Amino acid sequence: MNPEILINAAYIVASILFVLGLKMLGRQTTARRGNLFSSIGMLIAIVVTLLDNQVIHYNWIIVGLVLGGVIGLACARLIKMTSMPEMVALLNGFGGLASLIVGAAEFLRIRGGTVEPQYEMFTSGVIFLTVLIGGITFTGSIYAFCKLAEWLSGRPVQFSGQHIVNGLMLVATFAGGVMFTISGDPQIALIAFGVFAVFALILGWTLVMPIGGGDMPVVISMLNSLSGLAACAAGFVIGNNVLVVAGCLVGTSGVILTTIMCKAMNRSLGNVLFSGFGSAPKNDGGDEAEGSIQGELKPISAEDSFAVLEAARQVVIIPGYGMAVSQAQHVVRELGEMLENNGAEVRFAIHPVAGRMPGHMNVLLAEANVPYEQLVEMDSINPLMPTMDVAIVIGANDVVNPAAANNKASPIYGMPIINAHEARTVICLKRGKGTGFSGLENQLFLMPNTRMLYGDAKGSLQGVVSEFKSLADG
Amino acid sequence: MELILLFFIFTLAGFLGFELIAKVPSQLHTPLMSGSNAISGITIVGAIIASGADDGSVLTTVLGTAAVTLAMINVIGGYFVTDRMLGMFKKKPTAGSKKEDSS
Repeated sequence: MNPEILINAAYIVASILFVLGLKMLGRQTTARRGNLFSSIGMLIAIVVTLLDNQVIHYNWIIVGLVLGGVIGLACARLIKMTSMPEMVALLNGFGGLASLIVGAAEFLRIRGGTVEPQYEMFTSGVIFLTVLIGGITFTGSIYAFCKLAEWLSGRPVQFSGQHIVNGLMLVATFAGGVMFTISGDPQIALIAFGVFAVFALILGWTLVMPIGGGDMPVVISMLNSLSGLAACAAGFVIGNNVLVVAGCLVGTSGVILTTIMCKAMNRSLGNVLFSGFGSAPKNDGGDEAEGSIQGELKPISAEDSFAVLEAARQVVIIPGYGMAVSQAQHVVRELGEMLENNGAEVRFAIHPVAGRMPGHMNVLLAEANVPYEQLVEMDSINPLMPTMDVAIVIGANDVVNPAAANNKASPIYGMPIINAHEARTVICLKRGKGTGFSGLENQLFLMPNTRMLYGDAKGSLQGVVSEFKSLADG
Repeated sequence: MELILLFFIFTLAGFLGFELIAKVPSQLHTPLMSGSNAISGITIVGAIIASGADDGSVLTTVLGTAAVTLAMINVIGGYFVTDRMLGMFKKKPTAGSKKEDSS
């Protein structure tokens, strides 16, 4: 049989498996099988590509496959669940870089005369796009990785004229791209390639720079989308349909996820990317602002927290990034079990942008064996909130700040929140008295029904749990 | 490959991607992201061709091999870590079989 037909037939099968896999990933009961389907699709695509008549030498391919496979497997096995956002960012960056290199290699092959592009200008144009998107994805992801791993500060880095500098670089990149595309001269093309490749790499870095840690769920899902688009552009470069299909699927589904994240913060993508949100404490209108609440922070001890919780029948636990930082998910689960054994109904309320990536809290609680039926989304818990005896806020801040609902002057006004303040008693676990990511004072902490349990979340919770244990023993 | 056909499937795949993900519970956002991230490693197909092509250029072989390695990390890392995560998502254990985790 003609290998060309065989390869394309296999690519169709692979594409079907990717589509099915993505669809099944959207439902809890089928998600794991969906991931398996899509990985089989990938296996098929890789194996039949080895049969491609352009592929002559196998030695180096095998070296790459084995090396990459071992590193990938080791990372996947050894990574701690709390480090998942970094892992996703890093993998994403590698994908982007790989696409960039594919574009570069194709450019060199055309220059060397081994490949004759069917549509010269079109191919040059998509090589430019591949390098541009791949480059931004790569350095952007690496910067996001550094922020998430706390190798660099999570605070936005801003300087005056930043947008102008970025804008000029973008113009230079596109100028290089246009030169590269329309110039037939190989020497100019080489120089132009160098120019836009370097600028694309710098741009990825500088574009993520002014985005703060709390906006990372948006950035990560956007970079994920871009890595798909980079692969898609690479598909146009080498005229390969499975690359176009799979890359495009990832690109558009990533756009959806990015939109969901932006909506959860009631901010536009442009605002997330360019506003430098959270760079400095902002004036939220202060005391004059409508709906602002005056009050003081009222500390509570672990013993008193226990007394409150022991009497509670309806408890909702609201985790945030602080739970991930102090790795408190296991002791949170333990506390949940103790409360249930004590006769209370326990729910975990999860805000869509809690943590540093979409679904971050769900993953951590799943790691600690909290069954997923116990996790409820924001829209389901809010109507029940007034019936809650106690809301325990663990290292969450902006997502429970009532200012978002009632202070029009607040920068986060309009962001949907979990209405923790409507619970009868609120216990907030917090490391210190500082403000949250947005730099705002949280009105929730000042409300009359709120008590502050200061200290490392894990330590504080262990204190409460041991109170429960001594009750059970005594 | 006819260029127009590539654009054709590009457009369809784009719409399909939008439709597929429209209603995913927030629960599954991370696995969805890392799972689709693994799919974007499909660029490995292009990397394999660049690495294995016979064009007498050391540079393209080196670049191709680097791309194969990077894309393979993306693919294998992405799929395995997604599987590991999804394996942790459990239903509430029934009263009789409630087991304590060892972690």
